[in-house]
Amino acid sequence: MVLKLTDVRTDLFNDWCPGCGDFGIEASLQLALTEMGIDIDKVVLFSGIGCHGKIVHWTNTFGIHTLHGRTLAFAQGAKLANPGLEVIALGGDGDGFGIGAGHFVHAGRRNIDMTYIVHDNGVYGLTKGQASPTQRLGEQTKSLPQPNINSGINPILLALSTGYTFIARSYAFNTRHLKETIKKAVSHNGLALVDVLQPCPTYNDIETKAWYDGEDRRDASGKAVPRIYDVNSQGYDPVVTSKMPQEDFDRKIEQIFRLSNEWGNKIPIGVFYQEEDRPTYADRILQRIPTYVEMPPAKQDIFGTDNKSVVDLAELSRELAIDATEI
Amino acid sequence: MGDCDLSDTNRINWKIGGAQGSGVDSSARIFSRACALAGLWVYGTREYYSNIKGLHSYFEVRLSPTPVNCKVDGVTFLASFDAETLIRHAETVENSGAIIYNNTVLQTPIEKVDTINMEVRQRVIRRLESGGFTPDVAGIIKEAEGRGIHIYPVQYDDIIGQTAKKLGETQLSRLNKIINVLAASFSGALLGLDRSYMFKAIEQTFASKQKIIQMNVEGAAIAYDFTENNFKEKLPYSIVPIKNSERIYISGNEAVALGKLVGGCRVQTYYPITPASDESEFLEAHEYFNVSGGKGSILVVQTEDEIAAITMATGAALTGARAGTSTSGPGFSLMVEGMGWAGINEVPVVITLYSRGGPSTGMPTRTEQGDLKFALNASHGEFPRIVICSGDVKECFYDAIRAFNYAERYQLPVIHIVDKGLANCNVTITPLDASAIPIERGKLITPDGQHQQPYKRFLFTEDGVSERAVLGMPGYRFWNTGDEHDEMGHINEEPDNRVRMMDKRMRKLETADKEIPVEEKIAIFSDQKSVDLTIVSWGSSKGAILEVMELLKKEGVAAEFLQIRTASPFPVEQVKKYLSRAKLIVDVEQNYSAQMAKVIAEKTGIMIENVIVKYNGRPISLNELYQAIKLVISAPRKNRRVVLTHGA
Repeated sequence: MVLKLTDVRTDLFNDWCPGCGDFGIEASLQLALTEMGIDIDKVVLFSGIGCHGKIVHWTNTFGIHTLHGRTLAFAQGAKLANPGLEVIALGGDGDGFGIGAGHFVHAGRRNIDMTYIVHDNGVYGLTKGQASPTQRLGEQTKSLPQPNINSGINPILLALSTGYTFIARSYAFNTRHLKETIKKAVSHNGLALVDVLQPCPTYNDIETKAWYDGEDRRDASGKAVPRIYDVNSQGYDPVVTSKMPQEDFDRKIEQIFRLSNEWGNKIPIGVFYQEEDRPTYADRILQRIPTYVEMPPAKQDIFGTDNKSVVDLAELSRELAIDATEI
Repeated sequence: MGDCDLSDTNRINWKIGGAQGSGVDSSARIFSRACALAGLWVYGTREYYSNIKGLHSYFEVRLSPTPVNCKVDGVTFLASFDAETLIRHAETVENSGAIIYNNTVLQTPIEKVDTINMEVRQRVIRRLESGGFTPDVAGIIKEAEGRGIHIYPVQYDDIIGQTAKKLGETQLSRLNKIINVLAASFSGALLGLDRSYMFKAIEQTFASKQKIIQMNVEGAAIAYDFTENNFKEKLPYSIVPIKNSERIYISGNEAVALGKLVGGCRVQTYYPITPASDESEFLEAHEYFNVSGGKGSILVVQTEDEIAAITMATGAALTGARAGTSTSGPGFSLMVEGMGWAGINEVPVVITLYSRGGPSTGMPTRTEQGDLKFALNASHGEFPRIVICSGDVKECFYDAIRAFNYAERYQLPVIHIVDKGLANCNVTITPLDASAIPIERGKLITPDGQHQQPYKRFLFTEDGVSERAVLGMPGYRFWNTGDEHDEMGHINEEPDNRVRMMDKRMRKLETADKEIPVEEKIAIFSDQKSVDLTIVSWGSSKGAILEVMELLKKEGVAAEFLQIRTASPFPVEQVKKYLSRAKLIVDVEQNYSAQMAKVIAEKTGIMIENVIVKYNGRPISLNELYQAIKLVISAPRKNRRVVLTHGA
């Protein structure tokens, strides 16, 4: 069945602020879902707490609006119990890199086949604009009483160092780029991060849509010169494999380091890193539990006739048995 | 009360001590298994520090021709390889008891054993000096001899050397590990337990590791020979094999793990914490198992913290898998917000809460029942939860199955409390029955294409329980949120909806209260028509209480024991019924404030005026509980609160 955008939207009232970057993320995600030809009944969205969190209610798929920072932990639990699900987790930058930073790091170590999309706007919008972990040192967005005293983290490098095998950045108002990036992330076999630069029209008066679009700087013809540029369309190839020579790999890592730190006049978006041959968590479990994918936890019958447990307890407790027959 | 019938044929309290990491546990397990193979019942308790190597640990094994359920104070037989065990435990050995010691430690001054707290060392030195003994291990041994204790010096190094020679092993260090089997073997030989039981116990303990079995059996044989050749004097008590029924040797942790597997738990998350991790490790070691018609598996995930543990388990439960997590007090503290999410979203998830000494890190390896009120109340806001408490190892198994049934039938978090004393006791029991408790999954939807559109996950119902779909079930799309929500699961803050939704959720507890059979909520132990004394308790205190009641019965005191097995929903009417006709009520608990007595007061209005509490981190012994109960009976008004203090 070919899905239309209306098939994957609920008719609930959307209460995001006018002009919010979240609208671009929502549209891109929903369009990606309609275009990918995936079984929509298998799709589960997870979100955290913050403005982004309500996206699951606006989207007509299974939608789990979790706790502040815990999106990835809930989402991993579901994917591990039923690997047949298409799990997409959504988080905010405060949600995912602040209170949920521990889960972000450890999810990388597991490399579970799912997607994590971060609505990254530099502020805690829903609590009225405090600085988020990605806001840069010394910046003072609208509601801060003093300039931000902390350095901002670099989500791309954090993901790289913890084991994410697909790492991308996109921009909320470039829905074509974002939609295509989400499709690639979902198709990737392993844990994918899409960090989405998202203007907050209410609280972030520095990284605004106009700023990203370069309205403050014009070329000779008077056209705005956007700060955002697509790194892949400029020839950067994000693919790494375990078989590539070490020096090529090292050069790639240096490039990612440099690219991901570009900010101000030029801000790259695109896929920074893509590694297809690292074993996923499911691959690793399969080494120990050969039936894991065909009979994952969610699909096992746990009782038989008369609701009796199917488990062979005698076999399981053999090592505990006191067997004196041969004495 | 005399000496609990110790120092008799097959009634022996054996203790072994040593530095952590030196094999105390394996020694005790092999000795226990050998005695169990000879038909005896075994009740063993482990005490250890929060430490990897070097600090003192000990293991007590109570043997009996009839089932035993708790620890006792006096030691019949003390096995040791180091000085510290003698310094700490020689005084607990009964006058006719026995001590095995390593004669290389004889000259060790007590002053020098700095793993023992200075005050304890000084107390022992004063005791020895006032008795005219030297302040070293030799003095301890002399003192013990003076009390009529049988003393057996052995040279572990010699025996290890002989074993190495026999095996053709040149590197002695490879054989150092057999020291624990040697201690068990010296003990077995002195107690008259035929060596064939020890050999079998070694084989069963090391399963298929042929080389290790050979090494240990050889060492055991040499230890037996040495004992028979060198120690001719017979002890006044011994182990005589008896006929017994089929049994298993199991710990509380293992019983919970087996209950989870049988009960259908297929995802277990955990963050390492004492004394809970042993359960998860057992599960991981048995992750791929036989089920009727094929193979089953459980996915055990070690998470980054307990917040991830509870939320990951909850995510797994949303897919229809039975999911649980295990932790102890500090971890449970971190799980509280996640549990509230499961509560408001009506997700069946099971938390096994191993309670240990708190607050904060407290006493990580010691027992306590200090988490009852926390388990009952943890969370901001209100949601229904079921709290069950196991009283012995068998209950650990059956309660673990029940926990998952309750979680799914009432779609809520279930907390299963097991205290450390219970988790770490190693006992013989008759085999567990996998089919005793049928699996009940409540209103879990089996898709048949007949459902009405749209599916409402949180449909208002009379019993409060709605039909439950799982993620990925075609045609049953639903939403969850930690916000208050409507029947679809979308955010809704309307006052009317809030009241209806709160009522719906809380009603599930009333439904559970109506449906759960009385015998799963409370247990009454009494064979008397009219009783003089009603003992109320919960958790691992059960064992000591039952044995005290046997002693009281012999003295003509008619007592009954009311065990609370389900703390939420609280069995109000049943508890009222028993307590309102009681003449004298004594509440026994292992915490400071007698938490269950307070819960009873809150729920029933009945104030229990006599409490016996213990919070030194050590399990209740039969001796101290007997004395305390006698004290209360003799003068209830003068002994409103008795604090138990036994244990090392």
